[in-house]
Amino acid sequence: MNGDLRELYQEVILDHGRSPRNFRLIEHPTGFAHGHNPMCGDALTVFLIVGADGRIADVAFQGKGCAISVASASLMTEVVKGRSVADAERLFAAFQRMCTDDSFDPDTADGDDRDALERLQALEGVRAFPIRVKCATLAWHTLNAALAGESGATTE
Amino acid sequence: MTLAAVSLADNRGRFDVERARADFPILKQRINGRPLVYLDNAASAQKPTLVLDAMRDVYETTYANVHRGVHTLSQRATVVFEAAREKVARFLNAGSADEIVFVRGATEAINLVAGSLGRRYLAAGDEVVISEMEHHANIVPWQLLREEKGIILRVVPIDDDGVLKLDAYRALLGPRTRLVSIAHVSNALGTVNPVAEIVREAHRAGAFVLIDGCQAVPHYPVDVRELGADFYALSSHKLYGPTSVGVLWGRGEVLAEMPPYQGGGEMIASVSFDKTTFKKPPHRFEAGTPAIAEAVGLGAAVDYLTGLGLAAVHAHEDALLAYATRRLGEVPGLRIIGTAPEKAAIVSFVMDGVHPHDIGTIVDQYGVAIRAGHHCAQPVMDRFGVAATARASFALYNTMAEVDALTEALAAVRELFPA
Repeated sequence: MNGDLRELYQEVILDHGRSPRNFRLIEHPTGFAHGHNPMCGDALTVFLIVGADGRIADVAFQGKGCAISVASASLMTEVVKGRSVADAERLFAAFQRMCTDDSFDPDTADGDDRDALERLQALEGVRAFPIRVKCATLAWHTLNAALAGESGATTE
Repeated sequence: MTLAAVSLADNRGRFDVERARADFPILKQRINGRPLVYLDNAASAQKPTLVLDAMRDVYETTYANVHRGVHTLSQRATVVFEAAREKVARFLNAGSADEIVFVRGATEAINLVAGSLGRRYLAAGDEVVISEMEHHANIVPWQLLREEKGIILRVVPIDDDGVLKLDAYRALLGPRTRLVSIAHVSNALGTVNPVAEIVREAHRAGAFVLIDGCQAVPHYPVDVRELGADFYALSSHKLYGPTSVGVLWGRGEVLAEMPPYQGGGEMIASVSFDKTTFKKPPHRFEAGTPAIAEAVGLGAAVDYLTGLGLAAVHAHEDALLAYATRRLGEVPGLRIIGTAPEKAAIVSFVMDGVHPHDIGTIVDQYGVAIRAGHHCAQPVMDRFGVAATARASFALYNTMAEVDALTEALAAVRELFPA
């Protein structure tokens, strides 16, 4: 097995792909959105509760997808819980750069973001597989839509 | 059939796959450090040198616009373009070259029938019969027509093997059935449909029949007169020819009654602001400058296939299918989707615990190109309760060793994603 594949399918990814965290329905969310990748048919729904303090009190998802998209959704729920909406959006922007830009350095991020990005670094293997970047970012696009009060997101 | 038996058959000179492989320059390369194993032929096939040379020759020696100039090059271009039409007519055993309409591909061929025959002759309440295994190209044009005209779309179901339910088909046919439009071979399942019988029943009900032959013509000798349909659609690029050209074969007397599909140059007899008259088929349906070099390339592709002999090609691919079905069956947790008794060399499959996209990415690292997705046939995916499948589709240049390479790559998938 070659290095790129090992890098893409790290143990963390395989684990979260097999046993995703926060894989559940939130009965009374303050926001939710459906995400869809029409190319591969991956579809997931992100639910969230934003508290009065503007922080993400709870976030969960359900759906079907490849190992990358499910693992990414799972890791996302772990790192955005407790963050403010603005912080989550900034983290998404940094994560997108991490998935596409070889020169991206997580050490340049703020302290809190740095910890989250280190966790998300398990997904940076997608850089060697440009077609799979959409798998890694589908959950984040969907979270963004849910935060913005939109009903859905697609990665086309 | 075992690998050894197949090699023996090759040695008897039935079909020399190594010689055929030499005709396809692209196959010589390595992908991700491994020899390319191209198994995405149902999406698009690779091109033999003969086709590439024919197209290059047009541009280097013969190119000008067709059917227009009095100058020598234009006349030469017209001759080679129309010669390609003749070749395709012979390839399909059409009644005449005038029954061969050059289009962009099978998608446009189906849209042409919907847009011309459909818009002129179908009315609210008229029924069009398609099947559950159709490619989106044979679903969406009829839905657009339904929106415009209020026609009714009827869908023939398939069984758990991916076989068309013929009893249900017969029951769907009725006095309002105006058109039956069905795939000859399913791109997602490989199922070969009993087209001659489908045509007979449809004609008995007084309906026209369109056969989407995209996945059939690369694998089987097709005789449109013997099939007896009214239309037959195909794409050049799946037939070892270039993209951007395809064919709608239409029965002469049916085409003659159909109005133009698009307006423009090339398709008119005369134009004034009061009245425009149209050419006869096929030119009536070929508005604008056609894909000239591409049509010539398609002509070369059918020459190539005729030279090899489609019966020999089919026997070779049939052996590949049998071997691939057996080898893939050995992969733990692998399920083949589409197990009809009559199949073309297309194997769709899913694996427990692995998404087809992950399968596609991993085998690509082993040089193996397969398709992962819904194959533009989402109703088929719904029918089998899967979001997507992985699909290995074979061509005349594939070998038993490549089936082994696919199987080994799938073992690596299993290594990462244990069953």
